[in-house]
Amino acid sequence: MTMEIVSLKSQRDMWIKKEMSATELVEDAYRRIGATERKINAYLHLCQDEALKQAKKVDEKRSQGEKTGLLAGVPLAVKDNICTDGIVTTCASKMLGDFIPPYDATVVQKINEADGVIIGKTNMDEFAMGSSTENSGFKVTANPWDLERVPGGSSGGSAAAVAAETVSLALGSDTGGSIRQPAAFCGVVGLKPTYGRVSRSGLVAFASSLDQIGPLTRNVEDSALALDVLAGFDAMDATSFPEENTGSFANGLEQSLKGLKVALPEEYQQEGLDKEIHQTLNRTVQELKALGAMVETVSLPYSAAGLSAYYLISSAEASSNLARFDGVRYGYRPEKFETLEELMVNSRSEGFGQEVKRRIMLGTYALSSGYYDAYYQRAQKLRKKIREQFEGLFQQYDVVLGPVSPILPFVRGEKMDDPLAMYLADVYTVDVNLAELPAISLPCGFSESGLPIGLQLIARHFGESTLLRTAYQLEKSLNLDLRNKIGKEASK
Amino acid sequence: MNWETIIGLEVHVELDTKTKIFCNCPTTFGSPPNQNTCPVCIGLPGTLPVLNEAVVEMAVKAGVALNCSIQKTNKMDRKNYFYPDLPKAYQISQYDLPICTGGHVEIDRGGEKRKIRVHRIHIEEDAGKLLHDEEEPISFIDYNRVGVPLIEIVSEADMRSPEEAVAYLRSVRSILQYAGVSDCRMEQGSLRCDGNISVRPFGQDAFNAKVELKNINSFKELQKALEKEEKRQLELYSFNEGDKVVQETRRWDAAKGKTISMRTKEDAHDYRYFPDPDLKPIFIQEELIHRVEKELPELPAEKSKRFLETYGLSLKEVEILVNEMALSHFYEEVVEAGADPKTSANWILGDLLRVMKEKEMTAEEQPLKAKHLVSLIQFIEKGSISVTAGRDVFDTMIETGKSPDRIIEEKGLKQISGEYELQQTILSVLEANPSSVEDFKNGKKQALGFLMGQVMKATKGQANPQVAKTMMEKKLNG
Repeated sequence: MTMEIVSLKSQRDMWIKKEMSATELVEDAYRRIGATERKINAYLHLCQDEALKQAKKVDEKRSQGEKTGLLAGVPLAVKDNICTDGIVTTCASKMLGDFIPPYDATVVQKINEADGVIIGKTNMDEFAMGSSTENSGFKVTANPWDLERVPGGSSGGSAAAVAAETVSLALGSDTGGSIRQPAAFCGVVGLKPTYGRVSRSGLVAFASSLDQIGPLTRNVEDSALALDVLAGFDAMDATSFPEENTGSFANGLEQSLKGLKVALPEEYQQEGLDKEIHQTLNRTVQELKALGAMVETVSLPYSAAGLSAYYLISSAEASSNLARFDGVRYGYRPEKFETLEELMVNSRSEGFGQEVKRRIMLGTYALSSGYYDAYYQRAQKLRKKIREQFEGLFQQYDVVLGPVSPILPFVRGEKMDDPLAMYLADVYTVDVNLAELPAISLPCGFSESGLPIGLQLIARHFGESTLLRTAYQLEKSLNLDLRNKIGKEASK
Repeated sequence: MNWETIIGLEVHVELDTKTKIFCNCPTTFGSPPNQNTCPVCIGLPGTLPVLNEAVVEMAVKAGVALNCSIQKTNKMDRKNYFYPDLPKAYQISQYDLPICTGGHVEIDRGGEKRKIRVHRIHIEEDAGKLLHDEEEPISFIDYNRVGVPLIEIVSEADMRSPEEAVAYLRSVRSILQYAGVSDCRMEQGSLRCDGNISVRPFGQDAFNAKVELKNINSFKELQKALEKEEKRQLELYSFNEGDKVVQETRRWDAAKGKTISMRTKEDAHDYRYFPDPDLKPIFIQEELIHRVEKELPELPAEKSKRFLETYGLSLKEVEILVNEMALSHFYEEVVEAGADPKTSANWILGDLLRVMKEKEMTAEEQPLKAKHLVSLIQFIEKGSISVTAGRDVFDTMIETGKSPDRIIEEKGLKQISGEYELQQTILSVLEANPSSVEDFKNGKKQALGFLMGQVMKATKGQANPQVAKTMMEKKLNG
């Protein structure tokens, strides 16, 4: 039997009510992948053997009368920059084409402990660098709403996997918008938690001070449920938040938005913002007001500088984080080399793709002696300003509303020759990472051409509860039909 | 023209923590290659460093022992460079905010105390080790040492001769050993040293180009390398080739006995230091510093003072004992067990040091047990064995590890001091040598020597000569 809509909660309920076993749920997920993957290319690797083994374990656990976890029986996908013990983890890079980690990322451990079932690893921009998943070293993923268009990136595989209804939950990582932007492009919900909320241990680092793992789901409630599983202090990550998790994020979603103070930065509505996205933003403001929230226009003057600061800091950190891929211990190694230097240079020249090399060059330059003060140091000062600016805003407001992307999902190949244009499309998402804030990307409407439009809500540090409640109430009142043709076919 | 030599040292010390600086791997020396490694220390993708707090405490201890100020707010930085022994391709270190600044160490220069200033101490992680096959063009990497915590102690350019540099390094070594920061074993690499050296005409304020010397593995090599480099620079200046003294890094080749250029300033690395985003700032509480100060063990200077005051040893004797922490501990153990302080020092500084030198053993490795030396000293004191037999017992103790009483027993070295036991022997010697007895009575006093010799021969050397001689004289005169 199949479900109408794949949602995490519905799948879990079916398992709890014994309408479907974990094994059946997993088999159903693979059937769905079989029906869609040829068109979508969301997955880099499937791990049937491991998945069926875990499903059997979960089913047995119940039959033995053991306690089961929050994700019992739920099939899910994981972005391929998150380490999975014994399962190849490539970061969509030729560099790590055959890399099999001997350990699980903390989030993967948490999923296993919660009795979730990982069925495969999703496609992405190489090392999470990109906004279209076109920078994958292996395949190009299509947007399930329009197969000619990109699913966004870098977590494009995860967003497409959820939008195509193959899984109800896929993990992504967000360094400058890499969860939120593909969620917006694919009409799903993407949550970027507060920096430090979810452990980064086992996430192959792009930019350590910005990276954060989060869930992509079909609705807000699932997002909250997933965060319940993923969040928490981890002794393996020195930057993870030391306080214990307080209660469930899934509780309190029903609380009304009466009296909620929403800030709408004028800088988020300027030239370059797509007209239809702008209209959706205006309609959403009205919707929020109708729900009892107060919405006021504010100014975030430093946000214009965010993009430059982001590209300097993230590239600087990446240049150092990716230096370990030298062909010496693991990963890609060229056929030919004479000297040690050749081994390293050829490994990196042949193993990395264009965009990764571009960022390594940029970051190396920004950290070089003589340029450090002018670039990296200045970027850090701007980062502090941006953070302070948000902190000031959150003394008066509960939530900030804005667009995720200034543009609609674009046609494949359209921007590949213009990296700067691609970078500029991150203008609304990077500030959140620089300020280490939580933000959620929520589908809020459609273009006339039928493409989904996502908006983002931003809350103060560790304000995920407010964020999820606002998104949940908004989702309920917008009541959009978020199923696409591919997803419907998959569910047949 | 008179020239002056300027030397500064960079000393790397492995901290004596149980586990590595960013993971839980043991720091044990000498394990099979790559046994003490995990995904974190070999930098596999996705792994993150988590600081071992014991490292911070140890570094504070080192700082306090070397009279430094402790930096309250600390951060860790990344030093980026590619080399196969560095698995992350960056070393986590401290760049612009070292944990300790502005200390000093006292050295002795011809009986005069001199302060050598410590510029800074910072924390960092060690790298692995490359092993090159001697025949095939293959290299192996042992990552056991990767992530072992280090401190780097940078001195000011305060030393004026290779001797002073060696004295400084010895002093730093023993202070850190006493403080419990490191075992500082140069032969195992837990103490390493680079030297910076330049020369200038007396009276000149500006420094000339300095040369950094690497690959120095012992005190002796430090002395030799600095002397050679000093000579090389002085010769170049005196032959008007001073422009050939350039700022560069030179490698000390101990086998060839000379320094060889590795790289000049032009090809120096740009390490692209920046704060490590995986690690949060470290805040050092005042309480920690106070606690470390309070709990700091007795340091060499205090111990020297105490030894001089308590044991009646000479300055030179105290210096040798205290400089080697293990030796001073051994000495104290012997003395505290009741052996005479002066006699104990004589044994340790004489026979024990001789044996250590012969066997190329350090004070930590030497096998002698304190209680055995104590009982040996007491046997000799009581006259149970002769001093000569004592030497024999000492060497046998070193070889076999057996206790002195057992060795004396087995070798039959016990001295015969009892008049009753000696009586019979003396009588038979006198009986067997009537002509010598006659000679003695006729005033030939040297006949006594011959007769004593016969007694010693008859007792296989075990007769107590003092006792036997007195008895013999009594008999002859009586």
